[in-house]
Amino acid sequence: MDWEALLLSVKLSALTVLFLLPVGVITGRWLAYSQFYGRSMVQAFLAIPLVLPPTVLGYYLLVSLGGGSALGKILERLFGHTLVFNFEGLVIASIIFNLPFAIQPIQRAFEAIPREIREAAACCGMKPTKVLWRIELPLAWTGIVSAITMTFAHTLGEFGVVLMVGGNIPGETKTIAIAIYDRVQAFDNNSAAVMSAFLLAFSMMAIAFTYLITDRNKNTYG
Amino acid sequence: MADEVQIAQGIRVRLIQAVPIPLAVDLYCQPGEVLAIAGPSGSGKTTVLRAIAGLHHAENGAIKCQGEIWQDSAMQFYLPAHQRAVGLVFQHYALFPHFTALGNVLEAMAHLPQAVRKERAEELLRRVHLDGLGNRYPKALSGGQQQRVAVARALAREPKVLLLDEPFSAVDQVTRRRLYRELNELRRSLSMPIILVTHDLEEATMLSDRLCILHRGVTLQSGPPLEVAAHPVSATVARLMDQQNLFTAQIVSHDQLAQKTLLRWRGLFLEAHYQPDYASGARVCWMIQSSQVLLHRRHRESNGHRENPLSGTIIEYMVLGDYVSARVEVDRHLKIAITLTVPVYVARRNELSYGEEVTVSLLAEGIHLMPFEKLHGIK
Repeated sequence: MDWEALLLSVKLSALTVLFLLPVGVITGRWLAYSQFYGRSMVQAFLAIPLVLPPTVLGYYLLVSLGGGSALGKILERLFGHTLVFNFEGLVIASIIFNLPFAIQPIQRAFEAIPREIREAAACCGMKPTKVLWRIELPLAWTGIVSAITMTFAHTLGEFGVVLMVGGNIPGETKTIAIAIYDRVQAFDNNSAAVMSAFLLAFSMMAIAFTYLITDRNKNTYG
Repeated sequence: MADEVQIAQGIRVRLIQAVPIPLAVDLYCQPGEVLAIAGPSGSGKTTVLRAIAGLHHAENGAIKCQGEIWQDSAMQFYLPAHQRAVGLVFQHYALFPHFTALGNVLEAMAHLPQAVRKERAEELLRRVHLDGLGNRYPKALSGGQQQRVAVARALAREPKVLLLDEPFSAVDQVTRRRLYRELNELRRSLSMPIILVTHDLEEATMLSDRLCILHRGVTLQSGPPLEVAAHPVSATVARLMDQQNLFTAQIVSHDQLAQKTLLRWRGLFLEAHYQPDYASGARVCWMIQSSQVLLHRRHRESNGHRENPLSGTIIEYMVLGDYVSARVEVDRHLKIAITLTVPVYVARRNELSYGEEVTVSLLAEGIHLMPFEKLHGIK
């Protein structure tokens, strides 16, 4: 077991969740309640990471975050170094790659709240911000917890994007999924097996947990 | 028409819009009065209620409630829902599923000091006969109990107007009867205007002081329910009031001395009470309420039997609770039939049944004339 890689993966996952949670709540709610021209295009754009091969996304991120691009140059000036092949770059790539995992469950949860319930809250004299805190967020919590769990688990096991953007630098960009690949390349099947089993068990638990809370709250609206 | 002072203390609503559904609404409701807005599905009833609550922004609107302006399009003014003191009972109640019954009521009390809220909320639950059930979540309450929580929550806001959107449609009939009685009892203690939206005319007649008929977004007529039923302003209103006996005829003459207006209906002559607004020779629509059709007793004359007597065969016979509705075909060739309703015991005593020959009288006082319109086109 490569503990350093596991720790790095957990750190990456936690940071991704931390950054994506507000993005997921704001974007998910916006997509759930707003009707605007081009809404389906926005949704399609945000869902691309679901179908795009991770290497393709990784390639574009590598090119756009690298020192050769205009964006890369701006970022380099901002951070003092390029964002490829280091941990910061990995966090940015991971945030982009996990957008649909964070947004979609939250969007569905907001959509499931009947319009009448939100309107009833307004008729009770609640301001929109209070409606969000007292009514919407408590009712959408299963979606939010699902989003956190899925984003965390998905980041933990991400391989393609990490390899493209981060490379394989121990302690900096070598996550557990890369470590497994690394071990197999080195014919160290035992280590690979232990780490794979760990990821399998963790993923299984994460998904089971989201199903459990979703099932428990299925009949919220009677 | 109520005087302006009364209206100023109540609510006055004027709405005009073209989309998403056309609206041309003008209505008022006085303090303590129950106004029922009735009309078929899709007539815009709920949209009107939503506009009052601030949940629908009508293009052109002027809404004034107890002296407070809620919307004035001329001044570009629109007060958002949470700033309007409205109590709205939704059709499916829209209770907050993550709060208890008491919690739901408390959520509408943010305007009161924290210290008094709980006591007031419990008192409201008592008023709607829910004492002891405050700790239950909505899921654990029956439909009738949920409706009561919704009413208590609406009152908790101390609203300037109470809005009820088909509040009885989601419960069974036995519960509905009980809730009718409870609302009737409750309203006596309420001083704000109460607007009830319903598609059920019987419900509107039973619960309201005034009825407003809405059709395709337009308020066609307002008045006491029995008055609207007996004297609709048009054949469209008559049809919307479920008037069974609606026909066209021609004015033959007016007799001011006898206070009678003579009509020709198909080949028959009918005497109506004096209605000189329609010129001789003009075509009109006319109606008579099924309760104004007098059944002649067999073998015995009754009062009014001389007024427009017609004989025919019963071609439809239905028992509707305590009443019987019978259709009498008075002209087989023209296929014209008159519907009458009589109490069940009268039907029994007169041995009414399908296929029986009977004689009825159309009471002149009950024959109401309306401007002519094609009856087939009315829907």
